[in-house]
Amino acid sequence: MSLFQRDRTWHPPALAPDYKTSVARSPRLAMLSLDATVSELTGPRFGHGDIAPLDGDLIANYAKTGDPVGERIIVHGRVLDENGRPVPQTLVEIWQANAGGRYRHKKDSYLAPVDPNFGGCGRVLTDDQGHYAFRTIKPGAYPWRNWVNNWRPAHIHLSVFGTAFAQRLITQMYFEGDPLIAHCPIVKSIPDPRAIEALVAPLDLNQAVPLDCLAYRFDIVLRGRRSTFFENRPEGN
Amino acid sequence: MAQPLSYLKETPSQTAGPYVHIGLAPGAAGFDIYDHELGFDPVPDDTPGDRIRITGCVFDGMGSPVRDVLIEVWQADAAGLYPGQPGVAPGFRGWARVVPDFDTGMFTLDTIRPGVVPGPGGRPQAPHLSLWLVARGINTGLQTRMYFTDQDNGDDPVLNLIEQPHRRLTLIADGADGHYHFDIHLQGDKETVFLDV
Repeated sequence: MSLFQRDRTWHPPALAPDYKTSVARSPRLAMLSLDATVSELTGPRFGHGDIAPLDGDLIANYAKTGDPVGERIIVHGRVLDENGRPVPQTLVEIWQANAGGRYRHKKDSYLAPVDPNFGGCGRVLTDDQGHYAFRTIKPGAYPWRNWVNNWRPAHIHLSVFGTAFAQRLITQMYFEGDPLIAHCPIVKSIPDPRAIEALVAPLDLNQAVPLDCLAYRFDIVLRGRRSTFFENRPEGN
Repeated sequence: MAQPLSYLKETPSQTAGPYVHIGLAPGAAGFDIYDHELGFDPVPDDTPGDRIRITGCVFDGMGSPVRDVLIEVWQADAAGLYPGQPGVAPGFRGWARVVPDFDTGMFTLDTIRPGVVPGPGGRPQAPHLSLWLVARGINTGLQTRMYFTDQDNGDDPVLNLIEQPHRRLTLIADGADGHYHFDIHLQGDKETVFLDV
């Protein structure tokens, strides 16, 4: 029993010089290749006791005096593994800027205003079929200090657990049709254009709520595994 | 022609960016939103085991503290069992989120000393924590481990995979009597061994 090998050519390399912060933060020596042990094949689990029902509604979970400003959207999709099997009851955490491109963080000083009714974070569990959904405001693009004139495309950060600590993944979802995607040094740290496409969520009018919310669909794939760990070999591998 | 192999591809990683704490530890980011945040209660008070404190810092290639890092920890209980395994200490989560001081980069983790867990072929692995680091500028989360200098690490099957003996030391925390110090170096002469698991 083991996890599928992570395809390092599909992920962005640690050193991506056009993303300047990676230059001093990228390991330069070879990583140690390790067939996962029980320490990596197990992982934390979460349940409905860990999160509140409103945690997955970013439109409502921080609203103080009214609704947040911006384009209301639903983001939904499935968490699957590389075998195409759903990953049920796994935690998906979400964070993002507000409609003006400003994060609610003490270190963010971009001149777009903080929205008093928008926190910018949420968390949901997938259902038994791996489906997840949350409601939010479409985030705005914002400038960042890399090249003089770099702008991040609108994006939502997603953090996913799976069932093994070695499946742990943080990624970003981009929006179909955003012209900034093609110019972003962080996006372009991914070498394969097909891998970039995997991060661009299409508009999903079938799931839009008329006169209320647009919808985008974003599926997330975690690493595959050859068998379920404790199911058939409780002594370990 | 052979049939195509119809596996999906893993979703590509992207940096957690500068504001990872908004998503994973909003209290540290400066605002309250959840009834309780996840990852700050890895070990209930009544869990058996030696209480230990780990302090440390993550350094970049310039020797500067990485003050915006977020570290996750996954570990066995004192008997060497992980949550999800039969017999694990009740209430033990084994999983922690560690956020450094945003000004100094220093972090602190209070937990228990993990037990010995089985490794490849049933060979025991020395007590260790599994760590996962994300921060702005880290394109794919980095996995590593932390061992204890006052435990017997000589036969550990993972440490012994490291070809250069002096680099094994990058995974071993200094200290004694339940207080350990563990620095992580992303680059340079003291670069930590990271794992491609």
